[in-house]
Amino acid sequence: MLYINCPHCGMRSQNEFSYGGDASVKRPELNKEVSDQEWDDFVYNRKSLRGKHLELWQHISGCRQWIKVERDTATHEIFRTFKADEEVA
Amino acid sequence: MTQAFRINNGGLVNREKKLSFKFNGKSYFGYEGDTLASALLANGVHLVGRSFKYHRPRGFFGAGVDEPYAIVQLYRNGETEPNIKATEQELFEGLEAKSVNCWPSVNFDIGAINNFLKIFLPAGFYYKTFMWPKSFWYRIYEPFIRKAAGLGVASTKHDNERYEHKYEYCDLLIAGSGPSGLSSAYAAAKNGAKVILAEDKPRFGGSLLTSDVNIGNQSGKDWAEGIIAELKTMPNVLIKNRSQIFGYYDHNMLVMSEKVSDHLPSTKKYHPNKRLWYIRAKEVLISSGSIERPIVFGNNDTPGVMLSSAAKEYLKVYGVLVGRKPLVFTNNDSGYETAIEFKKHGVDPVVLDTRKNPVSEIIDEAKNLGINIKNSYVVVAAQGYKKVKSADIASISEDKKQLGEIENLQCDCICVSGFWTPTIHLASQSGNKTKFKEEIDAFVPGVSKQNETTLGAANGVFTLDETLKTSFKAGSELSKKLTEKDYEIAIPNVVEKKSSQHDKFWCVPLPKGKNYKRFLDFQNDVAVSDIEIALREGYRSIEHVKRYTTLGMATDQGKTSNLNGLQLVSEIENKVVPAVGHTTFRPPYTPVSIGAIVGREVGKHSKPTRKSPMHEWHEKNNAVFVDAGVWLRPRYYKRGDENLFEASKREAKNVRSNVGVCDVTTLGKIDIKGPDSAELLNRVYTNAWLKLPVGKARYGVMLREDGIVMDDGTTTRISENHYHMTTTTAQAANVLSHLEYYLQLVWPELNVNVVSTTEQWAGAAIAGPKSRDLLQKLFPNSDVSNEGLPFMGYMEGDLFGAKARIFRISFSGELAYEVNVESDYGNLMWEKILEVGEEFNIQPYGTEALSTLRIEMGHVAGSELDGRTIPYDNALEGLVSKKKDFIGKRSLQRSAFTAEDRQRIVGVVPLDKQTSIPEGSHLVKDDKAQLPNPKLGHISASCWSVEYDNPFSLAIMKDGKNMIGQKLFAMSPLKNKVIPVEIVSSHYVDPKGERVRS
Repeated sequence: MLYINCPHCGMRSQNEFSYGGDASVKRPELNKEVSDQEWDDFVYNRKSLRGKHLELWQHISGCRQWIKVERDTATHEIFRTFKADEEVA
Repeated sequence: MTQAFRINNGGLVNREKKLSFKFNGKSYFGYEGDTLASALLANGVHLVGRSFKYHRPRGFFGAGVDEPYAIVQLYRNGETEPNIKATEQELFEGLEAKSVNCWPSVNFDIGAINNFLKIFLPAGFYYKTFMWPKSFWYRIYEPFIRKAAGLGVASTKHDNERYEHKYEYCDLLIAGSGPSGLSSAYAAAKNGAKVILAEDKPRFGGSLLTSDVNIGNQSGKDWAEGIIAELKTMPNVLIKNRSQIFGYYDHNMLVMSEKVSDHLPSTKKYHPNKRLWYIRAKEVLISSGSIERPIVFGNNDTPGVMLSSAAKEYLKVYGVLVGRKPLVFTNNDSGYETAIEFKKHGVDPVVLDTRKNPVSEIIDEAKNLGINIKNSYVVVAAQGYKKVKSADIASISEDKKQLGEIENLQCDCICVSGFWTPTIHLASQSGNKTKFKEEIDAFVPGVSKQNETTLGAANGVFTLDETLKTSFKAGSELSKKLTEKDYEIAIPNVVEKKSSQHDKFWCVPLPKGKNYKRFLDFQNDVAVSDIEIALREGYRSIEHVKRYTTLGMATDQGKTSNLNGLQLVSEIENKVVPAVGHTTFRPPYTPVSIGAIVGREVGKHSKPTRKSPMHEWHEKNNAVFVDAGVWLRPRYYKRGDENLFEASKREAKNVRSNVGVCDVTTLGKIDIKGPDSAELLNRVYTNAWLKLPVGKARYGVMLREDGIVMDDGTTTRISENHYHMTTTTAQAANVLSHLEYYLQLVWPELNVNVVSTTEQWAGAAIAGPKSRDLLQKLFPNSDVSNEGLPFMGYMEGDLFGAKARIFRISFSGELAYEVNVESDYGNLMWEKILEVGEEFNIQPYGTEALSTLRIEMGHVAGSELDGRTIPYDNALEGLVSKKKDFIGKRSLQRSAFTAEDRQRIVGVVPLDKQTSIPEGSHLVKDDKAQLPNPKLGHISASCWSVEYDNPFSLAIMKDGKNMIGQKLFAMSPLKNKVIPVEIVSSHYVDPKGERVRS
């Protein structure tokens, strides 16, 4: 079971969180013309990366904040975690 | 029975306390501190079971967790448990156990005929045989194999034992309490680290209990006792016996199974049977020791053949002789230690050593004791069927290929030592890249992946001196990093006998003209010949060989068989062992009770049960409950002999003609506050929200980004910047996460706060033509007239002193209201509604009547909003704004969603107006068509229309728009029904929606 450093609460076990997918996906702006391809890429198309992956988790049984987690999908190593509004450098 | 094989004194059992027990119906005695295995051996019982495949007689092979044979069915306190190792089960008064995998008895087992049919049961036989004729599989092969195979029977009764889960955090977790575990624990504890020390056996000390060594001028055992006693007094140390760490998971999470009550005749009140510990450790020290490996020879599975270390443990710990004429067969010095112990207890062993001329202190001691030692000798085959009677032995050439003349030697047990295999399971589970250590012919941990360090014999270190030095150091250094304390420990002097190099010999060749079975895996009956077949048939990868032959796949996970299997494969393939590689070690290290894994989460505790504040009232008034998500809701209120159908019909009818009240507390409620609340709603819902006035409610549908309907509900503007959103019962949690997602990640610029208030409000829906009259009486000071509180209006009121929110919204399609009060006043509200409503013939109604009312109105619910439908499918396209953007809007342009013949909700009525249509039935054009009959749609919900007194269903149907008036068939193969039906509008009752506005 992963041990995730919630930037708001500290180290917590995975069973307090729920997974939210790829954090690099950006929702197209509202009221903007979006091509089929762009929309498909936003809704469906995901890279199934092996290695470092920036992903979303929600601390659902804790502070309820959505956070970003940089995790290795092969080894499960977690490198860094970020608040929702934190820039990932 | 007397304990004929118990020596007069010695051992660690309590001879003051005699315990009686039964095995296969026969009564025996043992002592407190015995295992079932040691007690049976004390009574001379060696035959405990039959093997898995050939049903060959099985005895005891080990003395602990590595045991492949002695698996029994245990009976304790009216319960039964399979797959219990007799070598691990502690004896208690009244214990009962039976052999498994034999019928009719362990002495006469019909399945043993397999032993003679073995030519038909080679490696992979289940892939090759039983293939034809096909029809035989279910009728003959499968039932036969099912009866013949397996290890014991699981109880079909409810398990009354209690199992607990516990979470723990520590600096150092130490697996195993042998010399390395004790010294590292001690060093770390002295540095003030929080230490957990786990030992799977009842006694701490590991190999120190049986080895003849001195530490700091005390015997190893006394030294261990001293350390344990001191550790027990330290507040930063938790030491646990009978506790097996069986799994090493991600991020240094380990799981341990503690046997709390298995050693007692019955579980104490309020105590668990087992406790499962989830331990998050900063550092893990693996001091799990090593397991002796066998040498492979003919009939090496005969009862009486066992590991030499086990024979020594039975003698030193339990005071039990495994035989009176022992033969020790060894390729290293460990066998001599066992022989010396025998000799010290007046038994004359014969030692066969595969080595030509080994020299060491231990061997000198054996020689001085006058032990008969034969060098360059091997056991060719054990003789005897249910028990070893003699051994065929022979000298062996230096190249280990040629056997000398076969001699027969009388003996009653054969104690085998083929050197030691480090127990690397935990390290390997953690992701450690193991490496092969040539000097010991075994794998040891290599590069650590997680914070794990392996010490002592588990790391391939077989001298006590080095073990203590490295372990004290590891415990001290790892803890120093965490506690910044550095307690100086004087490492004690060690006196141990030096060993000579072992012989890399592991398998005795077959003598000419003999075809003895030479077993590698004793639990799964995998012999040398099976591996040979697998390789001959082209299996190369060790993972494939394992699966094809089942080598190492038994419940002992090949603890005694893996390495010999690898040796064989590497020999045949002419590769070195590290090139063959080992199979993956996976948790659990030993079998773990399902009960322990499940813990307290059984029955009612498998999920939380949420109850409305009015729950007790419902109970008192004969409510029959139904699970709605995690909530319990009244399904109907039973009157007299009514069944579900009659009661729900009565309740629904009363809503249509008078007034009913329904507990709607379970609806999800989300409080939304902030200046941008309207903007958020406008983006989340498909319809327009910017112009909703204060004091008004609106129905809304929200989509996922892929255009599928996620949820529906009403949201009310309570004040300028304050909204009250309701969700369906099932989606409440998801909708809240959904809103939080957009507010926190996508549109953080919106100044809005959301919080769940589901449990803060109790809700009652008052529905029916007389609901306004009732409401006026409930709130005499409020104007609830059609003008004062119009449809979709909202007001606050005073309900006998409680502040109430009154919404004029309707799910039933009738004139209806929902009243909310703070949960603590829920009961007051409910009772007042019923009291005041009496003159209007009010009746409470449950979810079944609620469904009936909504279905015949064509209102959609979970069965239509099933994660596959868009607004159009539910006839909700009128709520989809063309002007503004919202979540999921772009997806609605997908061609499948805009297709001319897109599926759409319809009503379905059986032509006979009698037959109810099962939910899930498929709509088809032709009831006689060949399968697969093209499906036009499916029945999503069915009810008995109380308005028209006939069955009515809703269906989601392809091209539903153009299907009204069609005559089709509803087919339910599950219920074996074919019903001729007519497609009608989904708005079966009050299609113009006049009642809600009346």
